[in-house]
Amino acid sequence: MTKSYLKLDHIDKSFQRADTRTEVLKDISLGIDKGEYVSIIGHSGCGKSTLLNIIAGLTPVTSGAVLLEDREVSSPGPERAVVFQNHSLLPWLSVYENVSLAVNKVFGSQKSRTERDEWIRHNLALVHMTHALDKRPSEISGGMKQRVGIARALAMEPKILLLDEPFGALDALTRAHLQDSVMEIHSRLKNTMIMITHDVDEAVLLSDRIVMMTNGPAATIGEVLDIQLERPRKRLEMAHDAAYIRYRAAVLEFLYARHKAPATAA
Amino acid sequence: MGLARLKDRAALVAPEIGALPVAQTAASQVVQLKPRNPASPAQRLRKAAAAVMVVVVPPLITLALILLIWQLAFSKPNASLPSPLVVWREAGDLILQPFYWAGSQDIGLGWRVLTSLQRVVVGFGLAAVVGILVGALIGQSVWATRGLDPIFQVLRTVPPLAWLPISLAGFRDASPSAIFVIFITAIWPIIINTAVGIRNIPQDYRNVAAVLRLNSVEFFFKVMLPSAAPYIFTGLRIGVGLSWLAIVAAEMLTGGVGIGFFIWDAWNSSKLPDIVVALLYIGFVGFVLDRLVAALGNVVTRGTAAS
Repeated sequence: MTKSYLKLDHIDKSFQRADTRTEVLKDISLGIDKGEYVSIIGHSGCGKSTLLNIIAGLTPVTSGAVLLEDREVSSPGPERAVVFQNHSLLPWLSVYENVSLAVNKVFGSQKSRTERDEWIRHNLALVHMTHALDKRPSEISGGMKQRVGIARALAMEPKILLLDEPFGALDALTRAHLQDSVMEIHSRLKNTMIMITHDVDEAVLLSDRIVMMTNGPAATIGEVLDIQLERPRKRLEMAHDAAYIRYRAAVLEFLYARHKAPATAA
Repeated sequence: MGLARLKDRAALVAPEIGALPVAQTAASQVVQLKPRNPASPAQRLRKAAAAVMVVVVPPLITLALILLIWQLAFSKPNASLPSPLVVWREAGDLILQPFYWAGSQDIGLGWRVLTSLQRVVVGFGLAAVVGILVGALIGQSVWATRGLDPIFQVLRTVPPLAWLPISLAGFRDASPSAIFVIFITAIWPIIINTAVGIRNIPQDYRNVAAVLRLNSVEFFFKVMLPSAAPYIFTGLRIGVGLSWLAIVAAEMLTGGVGIGFFIWDAWNSSKLPDIVVALLYIGFVGFVLDRLVAALGNVVTRGTAAS
């Protein structure tokens, strides 16, 4: 296999509650290259967040394995940093302190105090948040919180950055703004990124590949779509780009024609 | 004499209440004429005074009424309890001189309160440290909850004084026994509230800690304590109140210098007015303790509430 920086090897996941066993994910296998931007898209309840949590090590697999550089990973760690859906900043710490908590833990023994301070400021500058270093999360907007969450994850210098519907809770304008920021960061740092989303445009605009999940229970990978659009991608140009429109239609076709949301899903 | 003072106070209060609406009309007139002119210092002072009055006047009026009814109810020559005037006449020195010192048992109530407070500080301090640690353990571990919670639920209903004979037998000394009674009284609400606070730490914060691989000490200080702080302070506040209840009762039995023993001593020498004054001291100190812990909680938990 060529794509083997991160490998998901026949992952099954089921939850056991009393006598009922719910199969959530079934036989997920996927390889991801270094520097690739992969989106995982699917209807609500298809287990895509569970899959991300498995990669992060926050949820154990029932069978199968996650391999990072050919080594099995089964517990969480800063080399697979997560940007959580609801930012998950600690409300009693300032913006700076939230990032420094991560930096001091990950680089406490490798970098001097001044180096760490520079590194924290550098990462907050990447997401354009240097103006609010001493603000608490409750004092900044939702988009800013998510920026700080991204800065915290980037500051861990992860091998893989996991984004769990990072822009889901934001309004459309803020979301577009943050998507541009993430694209810029990706092109500059060449991180490997895996993003969970339910937004078709977001997936096509940002990704190198889109992994489309079938509906649960026992969801699996239905199709993988290669997005061969030139980078850097400009949101406005893309709106009229024939290839972009074709990719977008392909994803919509998968989600709404072949794998319609189950009637019970909200 | 006390009544005369009260009348003075009422007279002081009355014109100020009358002055309130006058101040307001004056302010509104100025605003109408010159909207952008800031209020003059005198007006601001009057406004501040009015705000203080709103807080201070109602309890003063209630107090005056209570004293009046009390005075009327117990003013007969052979009344069973002392009236406010009698209390003032016979125990006024206790109010006016809290810190006099004339021999080991003839000391001001301030000193006695301080002695009791010292025991509370030690007993409550121990209860806070142990209670938060045990509460964290219970909140964090399912097995600790299963093992310890039923026992705690039984033990916490034991009244403070019921512990006293056992602790006297164990420590063979009055002072550590009293401290132990405070400890054992205050610890339960601290344990239980801390455990609830720990159990309520959002999964998100736990995930962040897991991704960062915080060890248990780091997790305790950087996530658990700040996240559970509002609950912990609720427990501490209940605990300090119970401590103060327990110390007075314990000291009545163990003797020594505290405010509790003073009440017992006064009862044995039939000095009812002294007891009334001691009650006022106890109430006031309890109030201050409660407010102190609440204020500390407000400072510490600032910004803790998730948004």
